[in-house]
Amino acid sequence: MATIDIHPQTSTHHHDDHAHEHEHHHGNFWTNYIFSEDHKVIAKQFLITGMAWALIGGILSVLFRLQLGFPDADLSWLKPILGGWLTPEGKIDPEFYLALVTMHGTIMVFFVLTAGLSGTFSNFLIPLQIGARDMASGFMNMLSYWFFFLSSVIMFTSLFISTGPASGGWVIYPPLSALPQAMQGSGLGMTLWLVAMAIFIASSLLGSINYITTVINMRTQGMSFTRLPLTIWAFFFTAIIGILSFPVLFAAALLLIFDRSFGTSFYLSDIYIGGEALPNQGGSPILFQHLFWFLGHPEVYIVLLPALGITSEIIATNSRKPIFGYKAMVGSMLFIAILSFVVWAHHMFVTGMNPFLGSIFTLLTLIIAVPSAVKIFNYVTTLWKGNIRFTAAMLFSIGLVSFFLTGGITGIFLGNSAIDIQLHDTYFVVAHFHLVMGSASFFGMVAGVYHWFPKMFGRMMDEKLGYIHFWLTFIGVYLVFFPMHYIGIAGFPRRYYSWTNFETFSGFADLNMLVSAAAILTLSAQFIFLFNFIYSIFRGKAAPANPWNSTTLEWTTPRNPGHGNWPGEIPTVYRWPYDYSKPGAKEDFIPQHIPYSETPESNLPHENELIKLELNNGSITVENKDQKH
Amino acid sequence: MLTLIIVLGVLLVLAILYFIFRIGNLVSLVKGKEEDEISSWNSTNAYLFMLFMIGGLVAFFWYSYAHFDGYNLPVASEHGELTDYLFWVTMAVTVVAFTIIFIVMFWFTFKYRYDKNRKAEFFADDHKLEIAWTVVPAIVLALLIFSGLRAWNDITDEASKDAVVVEVIGQQFLWTARYPGKDNLLGKHNYKMIDASNEFGLDLSEENTWDDFKSLELHLPKGKEVKLVIRAKDVLHSVFLPHFRVKMDAVPGMHTTFKFIVTKSTSDMRSETGNPNFNYEMACTEICGRGHFSMRFPVFVHDTVEDYEAWLKSQDAWLKQNPDYLKQIPAEKREAAIVKAGIPTDSQEAIMAAPVTVTLN
Repeated sequence: MATIDIHPQTSTHHHDDHAHEHEHHHGNFWTNYIFSEDHKVIAKQFLITGMAWALIGGILSVLFRLQLGFPDADLSWLKPILGGWLTPEGKIDPEFYLALVTMHGTIMVFFVLTAGLSGTFSNFLIPLQIGARDMASGFMNMLSYWFFFLSSVIMFTSLFISTGPASGGWVIYPPLSALPQAMQGSGLGMTLWLVAMAIFIASSLLGSINYITTVINMRTQGMSFTRLPLTIWAFFFTAIIGILSFPVLFAAALLLIFDRSFGTSFYLSDIYIGGEALPNQGGSPILFQHLFWFLGHPEVYIVLLPALGITSEIIATNSRKPIFGYKAMVGSMLFIAILSFVVWAHHMFVTGMNPFLGSIFTLLTLIIAVPSAVKIFNYVTTLWKGNIRFTAAMLFSIGLVSFFLTGGITGIFLGNSAIDIQLHDTYFVVAHFHLVMGSASFFGMVAGVYHWFPKMFGRMMDEKLGYIHFWLTFIGVYLVFFPMHYIGIAGFPRRYYSWTNFETFSGFADLNMLVSAAAILTLSAQFIFLFNFIYSIFRGKAAPANPWNSTTLEWTTPRNPGHGNWPGEIPTVYRWPYDYSKPGAKEDFIPQHIPYSETPESNLPHENELIKLELNNGSITVENKDQKH
Repeated sequence: MLTLIIVLGVLLVLAILYFIFRIGNLVSLVKGKEEDEISSWNSTNAYLFMLFMIGGLVAFFWYSYAHFDGYNLPVASEHGELTDYLFWVTMAVTVVAFTIIFIVMFWFTFKYRYDKNRKAEFFADDHKLEIAWTVVPAIVLALLIFSGLRAWNDITDEASKDAVVVEVIGQQFLWTARYPGKDNLLGKHNYKMIDASNEFGLDLSEENTWDDFKSLELHLPKGKEVKLVIRAKDVLHSVFLPHFRVKMDAVPGMHTTFKFIVTKSTSDMRSETGNPNFNYEMACTEICGRGHFSMRFPVFVHDTVEDYEAWLKSQDAWLKQNPDYLKQIPAEKREAAIVKAGIPTDSQEAIMAAPVTVTLN
């Protein structure tokens, strides 16, 4: 390797640097815990903010489910919280209902499953798993969190203003979102939404740039791309997708701001509202939809890929088997990442877009089903002949695969434009994306928390509470979303406050009640998790160094890694991350930093040849030098 | 007072749960039988997965079969029969795939649950297997796509020239329909001409508008192609005719269209469903504000084209209902307009004399 000579020097330099920094950081509360530049602290900040948002998003959903499942219930007891948003009869106001739906979507998609998921695990795992002291730019990373925090504050504030938060659906299609006279939420609430999202996008870009740079430049000795754990591959692709698609949402939002505040007509044309004809002409609402979904569809994968990466890792670890088809997994993620940019208009088959475009996007959309199917098959094959330990993380990972299957398969209906005519904007769509993207990613996030909690906080979460949490949530989620398929096939439109105006949609009161009850159950179960999480931070059992007998580098750090992650030399990597249950090996796992020269009993023929490279690549020299120190 | 008691009760229950949890933890710590416990819980989870898999599939198949009529909306259009067919073919294919994968996955989780005497098999890849499950889904999907695309192209093709044309206009929060009248041509409209009476924004200087009429119910013939011309006045709306499998957004600033042939009249449906009060309905499926859920538009399908044409004849032109607007028509054209709109002769003279007053907002 070309870096043989340089390597020992740089690493000792790093080491000194780190020791120096360490002294600096001690004792200062502000730099340690608030404006920290340590990726682990930033990850925890993202996690805790994300969890707070998840709770808010979940509560909002239960509120509107109360209206849908129990339309005759008297909710006056919520008066102290909801105040004027309740009608005098104790019902949720129809406009507030739309606000709830909108904010639930916005919060869950962006604040929980983008920032909460990517922000937490990309930050936490990238340096730990590739063997780096920290992110490429700790300062930008810190900014990324604080931009997110600022965005959160603004979005949260918008919940409390008198005209209510944005209410035009999370897709904020103009003209509804552009005209304050169209609905209350399109006034100040929408302005705050746009400002918050602009800041959010800045945060996301700062994060993504860091993730990409870190993965490319800061891998430890021996950590070639083909030895990266699938988590890192997933975060890497996610960051690339984010960097390419979020700016488009920024542009879309900016043009909407112009239309709203400066009298431009990008999205507005021929509008007569509130007894007056607006001067705007020549714009197109369809343009916004194209721009929005150019982010909106890749966003699905921004949300999903990290969860898939996390589960790949957890399923392999707990099946005690290598992930099946590592290269196929990376390949399918790459393929998904590329295709995710050319399928956006399948959200727009019946929006007035040229039908010919519809045909093209049908074709491209169904192609993306192939790599997704490959991933499912690979997960299932990884379980085959494994020796499966059902940790809480493993349960949630299996839950994810189950959701990904159940929700993914309905995408074959929706991606087919002819079939989508009837299903578009019905509950079938709601069922589809909540399973395949919402619940699956949420399960990935929870699985990640259970799995890496010992590394984050040095303590174990309670496994039994984890089991209870899993079973209640798993069954709860299925009970919430599976019945929606039937409701959707029956044609029930989404974002309806009530269906009783229509004879056609008069049925299914029973299923809707079941769904709402299940939603309440599912939300309640999350408090078990919340308790487990907080309790375990302080009172959980002390975590062993490698609680899951995992192969990846993060488990070679001390129980509570300080800034810089490894007190001494960063370990060198000699093998891929999935040497589980290797024939002939003493244990059922061989960590990445164990050289082939130490495991002659389990080496495959081509691996024996690598031993020579190990001896030559300078890392041995480094170890000797360190000992001389 | 009651609230206080409830709050205290809840707190008490939570406290008890907490102590049970804490004591359980301490007991297990003292006993120190960590290892055994993990494996017993491990099996419990594996059995629960089996239970879930079987219970879930039974519930799925039972409900889908027993409540079929509840969720399967009768179809009443030609292309709807085709898309429904595609839907059910896709359903058959996906349910088979889903069931197999679902069973296999949970069977594996059960069968290969932890056993300390067993070692997992080191099985990292198998190219034949991977190629197989890339190619097979690709072929199946290709077949589904191509049948879907052919249907899509037919559905979105140009409507035939003799199709019945009806304009549907969405606004917060109601629908209106405009029929082209005897000339079968929809007249020009301009959103700046909209006012309290002229809700279509009819541009009366153009003669095709004179016999256009408004309807608060969508009337359609059975067995003849209908072309809906769709627009919106304020924000996005979406025309949804669930029984006809028709959906198309209404977009301010542009026209969208959807063509279809209704195969069952309202009375056909009444006898088919056994519901004498059955009515077709049109709904809005694009969020449009506070009253989104209430944009119901009644739809009536006549038994024959003749019935439909008889209904058309019985409707008064918009201009006839609003003769004041003759003022907007240049004097030399007024006579033609009066004839075309079918305005009775007694009110004509005064109108003829009035000056032209076209106002653009």
